[in-house]
Amino acid sequence: MKRTAKEKSESWARITRRGLILGGVQLGFASALAMRMRYMQVDQADEFRLLAEENRINLRLIPPSRGQIFDREGRVIAANEPAYRITMVREEADDVDAVLDRLAQLVSLDPDEIERAKAEMARSAPFLPVSVADRVTWDEVSRVAVNAPALPGITPEVGLSRIYPHRETFAHVVGYVGPVSERDLARYEEPEPVLRIPRFQIGKVGVERNYEEQLRGRAGAKRVEVNAVGRVMRELDRREGEAGSDVQLTIDVELQNYIRARLGEESASVVVMDLAEGDLTAIASSPSYDPNKFVRGISVADYGIYRDNIRRPLASKAVQDAYPPGSTFKMITALAAMDAGVVSPSETVWCPGHLTVGGRRFHCWKRAGHGWMNLEQSLRESCDVYYYDLALKVGIEKIAETARRLGLGEVHDIPMSAVTDGLIPDKDWKRINRGAGWVIGDTVNASIGQGFVLSSPLQQAVMSARLATGRSISPRLVKSVDGVETPGRPGEDLGFNEAHLARLREAMFSVSNNRRGTAYGSRIIDDAMRMAGKTGTSQVRNITAAERARGVVRNEDLPWNRRDHALFVNFAPYEAPRIAVSVVVEHGGGGSSAAAPIARDVTLQALFGGDPPLEAYPTKDRDRIRELQERLAAEREERLKSAQSRA
Amino acid sequence: MSYLEYTVKTTPSGWRKVLYFNWSIVVLLTAVAGVGFLMLYSVAGGSLSPWAEPQMKRYILGLIVMFVVALVPIWIWRNMAFVAYLGAFALLVAVEFIGSVGMGAQRWIDLGFMQLQPSELMKIALVMALAAYYDWLPLKKTSRPFWVLLPIVLIILPTGLVLTQPDLGTAILLLIAGGLMMFLAGVHWAYFGLVIAAGAAGISTIFKSRGTDWQLLKDYQFRRIDTFLDPSTDPLGAGYHITQAKIAMGSGGWTGRGFMQGTQSRLNFLPEKHTDFIFNTLAEEFGFVGGMSLLALYVLVLVFCIVAALQNRDRFSSLLILGVGLTFFLFFAVNMSMVMGLAPVVGVPLPLVSYGGSAMLVLMAAFGLVQSAHIHRPR
Repeated sequence: MKRTAKEKSESWARITRRGLILGGVQLGFASALAMRMRYMQVDQADEFRLLAEENRINLRLIPPSRGQIFDREGRVIAANEPAYRITMVREEADDVDAVLDRLAQLVSLDPDEIERAKAEMARSAPFLPVSVADRVTWDEVSRVAVNAPALPGITPEVGLSRIYPHRETFAHVVGYVGPVSERDLARYEEPEPVLRIPRFQIGKVGVERNYEEQLRGRAGAKRVEVNAVGRVMRELDRREGEAGSDVQLTIDVELQNYIRARLGEESASVVVMDLAEGDLTAIASSPSYDPNKFVRGISVADYGIYRDNIRRPLASKAVQDAYPPGSTFKMITALAAMDAGVVSPSETVWCPGHLTVGGRRFHCWKRAGHGWMNLEQSLRESCDVYYYDLALKVGIEKIAETARRLGLGEVHDIPMSAVTDGLIPDKDWKRINRGAGWVIGDTVNASIGQGFVLSSPLQQAVMSARLATGRSISPRLVKSVDGVETPGRPGEDLGFNEAHLARLREAMFSVSNNRRGTAYGSRIIDDAMRMAGKTGTSQVRNITAAERARGVVRNEDLPWNRRDHALFVNFAPYEAPRIAVSVVVEHGGGGSSAAAPIARDVTLQALFGGDPPLEAYPTKDRDRIRELQERLAAEREERLKSAQSRA
Repeated sequence: MSYLEYTVKTTPSGWRKVLYFNWSIVVLLTAVAGVGFLMLYSVAGGSLSPWAEPQMKRYILGLIVMFVVALVPIWIWRNMAFVAYLGAFALLVAVEFIGSVGMGAQRWIDLGFMQLQPSELMKIALVMALAAYYDWLPLKKTSRPFWVLLPIVLIILPTGLVLTQPDLGTAILLLIAGGLMMFLAGVHWAYFGLVIAAGAAGISTIFKSRGTDWQLLKDYQFRRIDTFLDPSTDPLGAGYHITQAKIAMGSGGWTGRGFMQGTQSRLNFLPEKHTDFIFNTLAEEFGFVGGMSLLALYVLVLVFCIVAALQNRDRFSSLLILGVGLTFFLFFAVNMSMVMGLAPVVGVPLPLVSYGGSAMLVLMAAFGLVQSAHIHRPR
């Protein structure tokens, strides 16, 4: 279209005007972009640089090796052994199924595990290793290594896993470790990052749990550069971790092993306490369980076997179960009475076989009665009526106070799980917990360790130790941590009249050394090693008047779980006590028949620090003892060999 | 016909035309493309393949296209304007039926040797058509309602088609480019006031349509807008890209982390690092200095276009040059706003730098038109 010159110049003028306006707007926008760039790259550069570093740098933890646990002589109780597993990287193995088929010919693979591994590989990034076999043997690892060219993407990995070479022997003391669970994490307000390492093991019960902090050590760390999908590009630097501290226990492996063998399948527990520093040289509960099974993750079937066993292998009976102490409590009643001055050791009480208090008749175990009894005689023959009489004179408050001074009713500070406080009843306790007033019959029951009174085998041992020393000696389980000795616990003088204690010890001596003593059958022949002790038989059922009329049923005729508990406490040697021992045999029948022989055998073993000469035993026991000694020697040999082969 | 206005004597002919090229623009474009090669080399981890080398070949092809287009007299291009528009429009319709699906949208026609995006062609065709239209329209009719409505229809039709592909980014670019062409041609201010008001109403309608049966945008488009408004709401999902892009840019600082030393791009935290987000790689490795240099190059191209347009007394030529400059501007302005977190991520490449064939060839052809207008301008 032809335009006039005027039109042309108007067109040009208009385009110029609008063009310049638009150009200005465009330049303005470009300046805005420049300012934004400046703001981000200059003003905010440091923040963004930090974010970029956070993106690319990943902190990877290196798990520390766990401290070992030794016995008092430095023998290993809990150690770490290499654990091998086999991992697979998907991107390196072109054909996952083919490689796994080839691997299956070399290593026994669990089909479920393989299914899980395949699913995990399909889900996760192709360069991440996925575990296909756990806990493979060294032989299998070598076979895989030899055939490496045919197994692309397969790598054997080595880690450390906990092992308990003594298996059942220390299960209750040391406990076990296991993978961190959600519940474990919930215990901490801010869980240490090391706990998030997959398969990281922490102590679940016992010393493993209570000394977790010391045993765990500190994780090392390495900084790696990763890309957006998490593949590690290179390692930037690393800081090595600190291994956990070793813990040395006061336990003596050989003594503990001896006790386990001696107890066999009996549902029983034994505590041995050294009287110098309060060291616990043995704490055994029987039957026991294999802690190694828990480290691996126990199968439901195995766990069911433990759980359903009526002898409760999972329970740490020596510290967590409390039993009526029965006649072993009589020393306390006697000491309370002497301390209060209501009776002198030579005073005699008539035992007609029963005592009627508050209209109720309390029987002595000997229906015919013991006749005239003084302190020594009553303890020796375990006359009940004598103590009924003492208790009525001294009252429950004094008895309870004495019991507490001797370590009953108290949680002793040892790093085991579920340590019980037992129960020493008094008037306040009954009012608060039972909502009823104290009646005189309660005092009578308490005087012979029945009724409400409960104590654990550990407390029994402490009581025996305090009677032997007159000091407030307390148990110590950890001898040293990382080579630093923990303080001993010999305790202070308890303030009892030494003459009273001497009479009591003398009476206990006659229990196992006087022909009329309840534990005479379990005496020690060696004069330098003779022990002082006390039997106890505690009822787990009430004997009704009707039953009594029919005549007391013998324990052997009752079902196992209704039989009496058998107890024994002692210290030895009598002249210069070195150890205190307590034994409880659940439903074992009588203290003198079931508990005292065990206590005697353990005492001799502990005093000799090994197998005692057979001459120390009464003639009738020697064959049995020899057989046991030979069996244990064979076992020791076996253990030594397997330890060497591991090393 | 306006070609009669040109005198053969003053218009260069034959190979002499080459001497009359606007060489400043050619040099600037090559510099921009050079930055692109460098960055594509860097994001490939210091390798010419897979991106830098094909990009160079395409740029050379683009230069050839530019020269060929430039040598054809501008009046021929003006007469071809509506043919080009109709052709591009036909392709847009065709892509609805035979287009390849990618990224949830139908955008491409596979030509075998390259993938053609008709929407890219349309950007230039629309500019040409509008420039020709206003060249043809007597000046005094410019602001009459009927003559305003006609170009609006020309703009709306392709925009609507692109929107259904759906390609929100290109649709918006077409709409803005078309509107600004009308502004340049001298349409009365009042119309623009009206459109802005209507636009505001339209945007609010779009947002209200969300979640109803007549929803105007696809869900992913709404999500992109959400993410833009607050990337931190979804730091590992859709917001991840923009967050990582900003980290890449910001961590560059004044002078950058060094050539091929950008951790965000090298370790793949940066998404689409060779296409839409290539500017962030540049900003990370060369810092504020590098980013500003590229921005300056772009602005210079724009300034040279405006100068060339204002030197040109031919109405079609002026409008066309301003329109091409405008298109170029919209490309880099939208892309940069997007990668700096100033605009939603709408998938607009950085012109001549982002890896991609269609956009580069079309842009080079457009600059061929600019050169043609410059060479054949009335003297």
